[in-house]
Amino acid sequence: MTDHDLTFSKIAQQIEAFNKKKVVITEATKFQHDLEWDSLTVMDFVAAIEDEFDVMITMNMQAEIETVGQLVKAVESLAS
Amino acid sequence: MTDLFSKFDALIAERSALMDTGVRDPFGIVMEQILSPTEAVINGKPTILVGTYNYMGMTFDPDVIQAGKDALDTYGTGTNGSRMANGTHAPHMDCEAALRDFYNMKHAMVFSTGYLANLGFVSAIAGKDDYIILDADSHASIYDGCSMGNAQVVRFRHNDVADLDKRLGRIPADAGKLVIIEGVYSMVGDVAPLVEMVAVAKKHGAMILSDEAHSMGFFGANGRGVYEELGLEGDVDFIVGTFSKSVGTVGGYVVSNHPKFEVMRLVSRPYIFTASLPSPVVAMAATSIRKLKHAHNKRQHLWENTRSVHAGLKAMGYTLGTETPQSPIIAVMLTDQTQAVMTWQMLIDLGVYVSVARPPATPNGMFLLRCSLCAEHTPEQITTILAAFKSAGQMSGALNS
Repeated sequence: MTDHDLTFSKIAQQIEAFNKKKVVITEATKFQHDLEWDSLTVMDFVAAIEDEFDVMITMNMQAEIETVGQLVKAVESLAS
Repeated sequence: MTDLFSKFDALIAERSALMDTGVRDPFGIVMEQILSPTEAVINGKPTILVGTYNYMGMTFDPDVIQAGKDALDTYGTGTNGSRMANGTHAPHMDCEAALRDFYNMKHAMVFSTGYLANLGFVSAIAGKDDYIILDADSHASIYDGCSMGNAQVVRFRHNDVADLDKRLGRIPADAGKLVIIEGVYSMVGDVAPLVEMVAVAKKHGAMILSDEAHSMGFFGANGRGVYEELGLEGDVDFIVGTFSKSVGTVGGYVVSNHPKFEVMRLVSRPYIFTASLPSPVVAMAATSIRKLKHAHNKRQHLWENTRSVHAGLKAMGYTLGTETPQSPIIAVMLTDQTQAVMTWQMLIDLGVYVSVARPPATPNGMFLLRCSLCAEHTPEQITTILAAFKSAGQMSGALNS
């Protein structure tokens, strides 16, 4: 498993706790559009990701992240 | 062609479905006459006001009214200009002096509303490489100040000291940081654990802003707010407040002891690019603030009324926003919009006005009936308020479910 795959699988695992609609997660999955998360869910999820990878994802960055794939890339660049 | 309004279709449909159930519009109340700080005529009927944030009942204070009339005769109806240009009259300077004295601080800056005070200060103080760390339940004006500025923005869980500590710990040590908290959170009326939060913020070298909009006038020996009550004077860098709650008129302000604070007047766009308050408004605010400093009896009455209503509603079986009466805001928590609006309408029919709050303004998707007590509510009014809540709750089912 590449680092990229590992990051994706860790993120996918974190999404499951909030995935009430049981959406199949791919890199193209959109947080707002496909998962239909409200702002409180987003906050809880972001906190979980920050703890998992020990990174900080500011609200400015969150505004730019629409898909799971974009989050994987963002986490990789923050953690490196 | 795309209709730009189509994005609001879901909201329009939700609202019309609610109105079709036959209830009155909770966001369309008109007060036909104002009889006193605690009573108005709504739909031709005298109604007790329990949701207006008129905590200290200053809106009909004869000295405050006289100050407004005098300034109206002397300075006219408006300033026609920005504080920075021709919009500063002598009463604006006097109002800032009243604030400096009330808070015992060196600097005070008056904005045209409380919303603009947060917007104007938060957007200007933190630059691109600085960090704003705000409570997730912060008021819209704080969020909007963050959106308008270009600082890095980090949220922490509401009133969670450990979460604040963790988030501050991830920010570069040498970056500029501003932690924003509110003394009292206006949705459910809970108080911030300011002592612990200030200690954590200081540990990480952050400056601290406390919005005391819903505590000014009745927390602390001098009514300065929650930070005074908790012995934190000298530890909080910036206090934000409003004239539209305890002071009883309109306007907003920031006070501080920071030696460079006055530069804000040159860099805050919501201060510079809007008209200043009319002189009668700031003259009334100054008079009210000077009276609030010594309003010890009113503070006591307000807290007595708060305790009575909190205990009464709790005994009936309502779920309240806070287990104990932490502030004069008492939020009755309901999970169902129709039930909330029905209870609200029955209260209005029984002559009691409270305000309704709904998501997204509320946490956890709750529908709230928000009461805010006033120092001028009489014991008879308190009895009427409680009796109305009992009948309304039984009729709507809110007390039986």
